[in-house]
Amino acid sequence: MLKDITLGQYFPGNSVIHRLDPRTKLLLLVVYIVALFMADGFISYGIMLVFLLSVIGISGVPGKAFLRGMKPLVFILVFTAILNLLMTPGETVLVHFWVITITLEGVVRAFFMLARILMLITCTFLLTYTTSPIALTDGLESLLSPLKFVKVPVHELAMMMCIALRFIPTLIEETDKIMSAQKARGADFETGKLMERVKALIPILVPLFISAFRRADDLATAMECRCYHGGEGRTKMKLLRYKRHDLLSFAAGAILLAAVIVLGQFSL
Amino acid sequence: MSIAINVSHLAYTYPGADSAPGVVVFEDLNLSVEEGSFVAVLGGNGCGKSTLAKHFNSILLPVGGTVHVFGLNTVDEENLINIRRMTGMVFQNPDNQIVANVVEEDVAFGPENLGVASPEIRRRVDSALKQVGMYEYREHAPHLLSGGQKQRVAIAGIIAMEPKCIVLDEPTAMLDPKGRREVMDTILRLNREKGITVILITHHMDEAAQAQRVVVLHKGKVAADGAPKQVFSQVELLHRIGLAAPETVELCYELNKLGADLPLDRLSPEECAQTLLEHMKV
Repeated sequence: MLKDITLGQYFPGNSVIHRLDPRTKLLLLVVYIVALFMADGFISYGIMLVFLLSVIGISGVPGKAFLRGMKPLVFILVFTAILNLLMTPGETVLVHFWVITITLEGVVRAFFMLARILMLITCTFLLTYTTSPIALTDGLESLLSPLKFVKVPVHELAMMMCIALRFIPTLIEETDKIMSAQKARGADFETGKLMERVKALIPILVPLFISAFRRADDLATAMECRCYHGGEGRTKMKLLRYKRHDLLSFAAGAILLAAVIVLGQFSL
Repeated sequence: MSIAINVSHLAYTYPGADSAPGVVVFEDLNLSVEEGSFVAVLGGNGCGKSTLAKHFNSILLPVGGTVHVFGLNTVDEENLINIRRMTGMVFQNPDNQIVANVVEEDVAFGPENLGVASPEIRRRVDSALKQVGMYEYREHAPHLLSGGQKQRVAIAGIIAMEPKCIVLDEPTAMLDPKGRREVMDTILRLNREKGITVILITHHMDEAAQAQRVVVLHKGKVAADGAPKQVFSQVELLHRIGLAAPETVELCYELNKLGADLPLDRLSPEECAQTLLEHMKV
C-alpha cells in the first residue's frame, strides 16, 4: 500500500519542455510566479492563463495529472475564496444579509485569488512533472553555487537531496516488510483509539530507524571506497549547457513579465 | 609477477567502548596477493575476513605491521585516493552501496569523484555497463532491479574507476542462485579478460573453488593457503575450524570412510562423477 506513494511524480517524455535545461525551468518558474503576483486585471490574468495552458499543451502531460494533484488542496482553495469573498470591503453591495456582506469587489478579488493560487500550483506541478528529480537537483546545485562564497554547503545539500530521493523507495519497502513482520506476530495497526494506533507505530519506527542508521553507515563506507571526498575537484558526467531553446524560453519569459508589468500600469 | 597487495605482520584490534578492552582480530598476519590473480578468502563468521578486506583500501588502518597496496602504504594520508582508485570494493548488500537513483548516474559517481573529464566519464560508464551486461538498463531506477542486477551495477560503479584490483566482500550472500551465477560470471570474466586482480571473500565453497588460490582464515590467522584442490582436500582441517569442503569432496570423503579409496580433489560435479564412474568399473 505504501508503494503507491509517488514523490515529485515525473512524467517521462521528450517534449521541448522536458528537454529544457533544469536551470531554465527553475528560473522561468520564478519569473512566472513574480508575474503572477504582479498581474492585476482580467487581461493580464488571461495572458498568464494562455501562456500556462500552451506550455502544458507542449509538454504533453495529461491534464488529469494536474487535477489529481489539486485534490488535497481543495479545502484551502475554498477557504481562501470564501474569506476573500466575505472580507473585502467595497461600494457595490450585491448581497447584504445579517452579518454577511458580499460586494462586487469581493467577488472579483476572490476570483483573482483563486485563479492566482490555481496557476501557482499548476506551474509548480509542471516543473516536477517534466523534470526528473536528479536533473532538478543538478539544476538547483548549479543555480545556488554562487552561495558557496558565503559558506553555504551547496554541494552537500544537493548530495543529501539526491541520496534521500534514492532511498525513499528502499525505506518504503523496508517499512512494508517490518509491518508485515509485526502483523505476523499479532500487532494491530488498524483498530483502536488514536493513542493506541500511535503507540502501535512504535514497533515499526524503532527497527526502521535502526536499519536506516545501519544503511547510512554502509553507504558512507561504500561512498568512501569510491573516492568520495566532498564537492572539491568533482566533475559531472552530464554537464548542464544552455541551448537555443533555453534562450528562446528566457525571451518568452521576459516578454511575459514585461507585458504584465506594462498592463499593470493601466490596471488591466 | 608483481605484488598487488602485501600484508606484513598485520595487527588490528577493534577499539572497545570507553575503557573496555577492544576485540583483537589480527596479531600477526602475513599475506601477499599477486597482480592479476584470483584469490578467494574463506572463513567462518568472525574470523576477520571483512576486517582484512577493509585494510586493502584504507577504510581501516593497521594497529601494528603494514599493508601495502601496489607499493603504497595504506597509512599515508596522501596515498588515500590513489589506493581507493586502484582497489575498488564491492559489499554484501547492493542496496546500501548505490548512491544515485539512475543506474548510469550511479556508475558515474566514482569517476566524478576522481575529477575525470565529462566525455571520458561517459565513455567509462558505457564501457563498464557493457562489461557487466547492464547497458540496456542504464536509465532504469536501481530499486526496480533484481539483486543480481543491482550487484552488477555496483561492480560497474567500481570498474568505471578503472581499478587494478577489486575486493568483493560476500557479494553473493544476499542473492538467489541466478543472481549468484550472474555475479560470479562477471567476476571471472573481469579477471580473465581484463587482468584485474580479484579478491573474493565468500561463504560459498563452490565459488571459492573457481579461484586460482584459496586462503582460509581462522581466528585471525591463515589456516590454509594454496590452490583450491590442495586446500579443499584437507577435509579434516576444514571441519575442525567449522567449515565444509565442496559437496563433491565431502561425498568422496564419506565414501573413503566406508572403505573406498577416492581422491579428494574433485571439485566440480562433472569431475566427481567421472571419478566415481571409473571406480565403479574397477
